[in-house]
Amino acid sequence: MSVEFGIIGQQLVNGLTLGGMYALLALGYTLVYGILLMINFAHAEMFMFGAYVGLFTLQGLSRIEFFTSSGPALLLLYVLTFLIAMVVTGILGVIIERFAYRPLRHAPRLAPLISAIGVSLFLQNAALLWISSRSIPFPVLFEVRTFRIAGANISSMQILIIVTTILLMLVLDTFVSRTRLGRAMRATSQDRDAAGLMGVDINRVIALTFFIGPALGGAAGIFSGMYYGNIKYNMGFIPGIKSFTAAVIGGIGNLRGAMLGGFLLGLLESLAAAYISTGYKDVIAFAILIVVLIFKPGGLLGESVAEKV
Amino acid sequence: MLKVNDIHTFYGKIEALKGISIEVQEGEIVTLIGANGAGKSTTLKTISGQLAPLHGSIEFLGEAISGMPSHAVTAKHVIQVPEGRRIFPQMSVRENLDMGAFLRNDKEGIAEDLEKVLDLFPRLRERLAQKGGTLSGGEQQMLAIARGMMARPKLLMLDEPSMGLAPVIVDVIFETIKRLNEAGTTILLVEQNAAMALQVAHRGYVLETGSVVLQGGGTELLRNEQVRKTYLGEV
Repeated sequence: MSVEFGIIGQQLVNGLTLGGMYALLALGYTLVYGILLMINFAHAEMFMFGAYVGLFTLQGLSRIEFFTSSGPALLLLYVLTFLIAMVVTGILGVIIERFAYRPLRHAPRLAPLISAIGVSLFLQNAALLWISSRSIPFPVLFEVRTFRIAGANISSMQILIIVTTILLMLVLDTFVSRTRLGRAMRATSQDRDAAGLMGVDINRVIALTFFIGPALGGAAGIFSGMYYGNIKYNMGFIPGIKSFTAAVIGGIGNLRGAMLGGFLLGLLESLAAAYISTGYKDVIAFAILIVVLIFKPGGLLGESVAEKV
Repeated sequence: MLKVNDIHTFYGKIEALKGISIEVQEGEIVTLIGANGAGKSTTLKTISGQLAPLHGSIEFLGEAISGMPSHAVTAKHVIQVPEGRRIFPQMSVRENLDMGAFLRNDKEGIAEDLEKVLDLFPRLRERLAQKGGTLSGGEQQMLAIARGMMARPKLLMLDEPSMGLAPVIVDVIFETIKRLNEAGTTILLVEQNAAMALQVAHRGYVLETGSVVLQGGGTELLRNEQVRKTYLGEV
């Protein structure tokens, strides 16, 4: 196969890996926006927090000999690490909503936004002071193999990240479209008061949203740690902005839009890095955002907002 | 069945309800009429828990429900069909109806009620898979009422069901209200269309700037000179 195809294939896989992380994080922005019409600026910190919880869980559990004794045990170790980190990050999300946003539910819209920025600064600085100001290596306990497919080098890590991301998305999509609670979430995002009149406990739905979003964002943080090999207190900032962008490109409030936007942004960035310049990759990505917003202000999958009667 | 006793409800510092007392007996259609801003919708919203009264009490079947959040009031089978219909625009007609039965677990009962409301509004049956937001205004109102019925209401509260609808559809809606009542549903109806409302109602209350100024039987109010002048547009 030609060299040209090798580069394209390589960048497509790199882009999907990166895009998967963006998409998982973008889902949190879009879920919260869909229900509260609020941009949760503290969400980027869930990426960081999830990575730290993941690291500590991995360190703690890998001291138990059983988990490193065999292949299946190692797999169990990783599944447990993800589950624990996602649940803990989800709980943090619920706590943040309860104490930083809920008291401001009927305040002017700027108030919860400022509160969110405060939470973000608080979490970043807490991680800086209590853990470390430097980047910490993130251990990878399995052997990363590289496959050469059609001239592109694809690592088992990338495959793991892409497959797990898609799996998490399928679970979320099924939950939202098929279950009773998922239906309650959709109803709440379409008309909160009417959902309340149907018997939906709005506060519970909002808490649930603040569990799911951070849990997914936390998973993305662990992926980032595993992929890049280290984590840092401010690691959420750039992916946070990118993922927010992805959510907007896809149509904020729309779950499939956030997934599409995340993958699209990751792919564009990777291709721009290969074919134009690594220095310009963010310029390209944000130029695309501007173009999308000019022609489709509601985002790619966003519905044009109908006037509420 | 429902006893609303001297409720005062505020929007910020504005006192929207200045001591409203109304009663609904089982099996009745009771209507609240009055001009814009008289407090009709605010009364319904206070009963359904979307607003909390500052003073006063609301009792349903002997149980205090004032100050409860709306999902808890719904659990008592006090169901409000909100003003402006408020159906879920991105959900299919079927899903909207399922949302009406959100708190119920009795699958057979739900299926039975689904048949009932679809018989009541055959137009909805043709549009089960259609998104709620694509329905016409009249169909949306039918869906809103049908969705309310899916909760098996003991008290059904309708907020301005005729608003913005063509006269033909308004007749259909009021005909339905009558039929639902004859089939045993107690109804509290808020309407600006006082003439239509008083024709179907057993009793009515006239509200003015947050207070009840007049009450009586439906036909009695319909004959009342003050009502005729102010709300029925007669000179």
